[in-house]
Amino acid sequence: MTLAAEKIDQERPEPRSASAGARRTANWGRRAPLLPALIFMIVVTQLPFVVTLVISFMNWNAYYPDEIGFAGFDNFARVLTDVNMREAVWTTVLLTASVVLISLLLGLGIALLLDRKFLGRGAVRTMMIAPFLVVPVAAALLWKHALYNPEYGLFNGALTWLWGLFGSNNPPQPDWISNGPLWSIIFALVWQWTPFMMLILLAGLQGRPLDVIEAARIDGATTWQIFTHMTLPHLRQYLELGGLLGSIYVVQNFDAVFTITSGGLGTANLPYAIYQTFYNAHDYGRASAAAVVVVIATIIIATFALRTVSTLFRQEAGR
Amino acid sequence: MTSTTETGTVPATRTETGEPRRPRKPRSGPLLSLAAWVIGLLFFLPVVWMVLTSFHSEADAATNPPAVFAPLTIEGYREFFTGGASPWPPLLNSLTASIVSTILVLLLSIPAAYALSIKPVKKWTDVLFFFLSTKMLPVVAGLLPLYLFAQSTGLLDNIWLLILFYTSMNLPIAVWMMRSFLIEVPVEMLEAASVDGAGLARTLRSVVAPVVMPGIAATSLICFIFSWNELLFARVLTATVAETAPVFLTSFVTSQGLFLAQLCAAAFVVSLPVLVAGFAAQDKLVQGLSLGSVK
Repeated sequence: MTLAAEKIDQERPEPRSASAGARRTANWGRRAPLLPALIFMIVVTQLPFVVTLVISFMNWNAYYPDEIGFAGFDNFARVLTDVNMREAVWTTVLLTASVVLISLLLGLGIALLLDRKFLGRGAVRTMMIAPFLVVPVAAALLWKHALYNPEYGLFNGALTWLWGLFGSNNPPQPDWISNGPLWSIIFALVWQWTPFMMLILLAGLQGRPLDVIEAARIDGATTWQIFTHMTLPHLRQYLELGGLLGSIYVVQNFDAVFTITSGGLGTANLPYAIYQTFYNAHDYGRASAAAVVVVIATIIIATFALRTVSTLFRQEAGR
Repeated sequence: MTSTTETGTVPATRTETGEPRRPRKPRSGPLLSLAAWVIGLLFFLPVVWMVLTSFHSEADAATNPPAVFAPLTIEGYREFFTGGASPWPPLLNSLTASIVSTILVLLLSIPAAYALSIKPVKKWTDVLFFFLSTKMLPVVAGLLPLYLFAQSTGLLDNIWLLILFYTSMNLPIAVWMMRSFLIEVPVEMLEAASVDGAGLARTLRSVVAPVVMPGIAATSLICFIFSWNELLFARVLTATVAETAPVFLTSFVTSQGLFLAQLCAAAFVVSLPVLVAGFAAQDKLVQGLSLGSVK
């Protein structure tokens, strides 16, 4: 990283004779273009968090405006001992891990299939991207009403049709969402995120050094050996990038949970649980305490994640 | 450029493999192509089903087994646009919020990216990672303060509050992306141009624009999509006046009776801008989603 910075500095050396004052002016000249964005981000993202932190120590429920006051650690004690909150944590972990892992694996398989030349490759790629381009709320509504619905959804319709082919009038008609509420959400999200993973991994595959692979082939390496020893190591940074970005977005998912189950049947994840504490129960203190706990947990996890990105970044800068 | 001098030293193996991506076992080739087609069609099927159902009558849409070949009608669309509350105000709100916030993001991110790449400030990596770290904080943690702020300043149900929030939501992504493009501006050529006496306008047009314009396109596409899709904040911070299209969609499914065709029509109309933009700029989509690290 520093290498790149030094290189650029050498290319535009500052005049040696410049006084300290002139250099300071030059430094501020460099900083000036950065300041609007930086100040904007600090004001819009960091200040609200300070407010959240303050409210988390307050007794504040909008339904009881007379009882606003200092609460100490009460809210945190309630959040940490609340069964619903603990379940929400578990749901969030399960939801995020399942969606990211399944869509990464599917995306990898499909990217490998699409990394070959065949008739209509562009058409298949375009069809694969479509799920990612459906607005998330629209996608969730589509899955809930047009696909999962036990009476007229496409899944049960297809079962009726398939059973009808074999002359049966008694096809299974499961109620998908009631039977597997969390999996219903996971599958709808996997459908949307697989294209994302596929696109990143396909770009990674196409950046492979093909002459080296061809050389390995001529030396007698099998397809499997090439995959495990050359393709996978090359793809590692793209897998990490897809996993990281996917996690950032899926862990915050609100649309699918809100639309498909309204957080019922044990599917309330943390964003939904906090939304509900604040929006429906109007318990500002407890919602803020939950938010603070989530932010602290995120910082711990993100520290590891950022380390991954910074190694990626070092490789990029070193190129 | 130097290939003419190198042709003599290129190893023989490389010239023989004119088609390096050719499958090694030709027999599995057709099967793998078939698999790719089947999987592609399976992923595409729900979208096709949405469009098809939107052109069916409500009665045909709610049959089991599905009435695939039922007569087509635009009843669902007519009902969506003229039946109940008009979808035009929410659609226009979404358009305003997405476009204005994207312009603001570009205005803020391009100078910032310049200060992180072409003329980097000290500790520019720290700044870059500060931007990324804000993307990792759960947005829901900022929801309550923003709501209370809006309530006390009378900005609830005001589209400008959403625009402000969408700008902050997309700014980190844009800074990372624009930096990844600006770092590729050939600095020597910039200096050569100024030595040769080229004016600022000419330098911008012939040296900077070819590298930066694709970056601006990719950034705009991603920012537009993310703003257009956002639901949580729009739902909490808006009501009847500034309601956006996703919020309108969620409030749409309260009607009794058959509504599937109408719902599919609504879902398709709301998704259409994103579908069109995304299909038109597929390569920009990849660049944007990977924060510019995949080109």
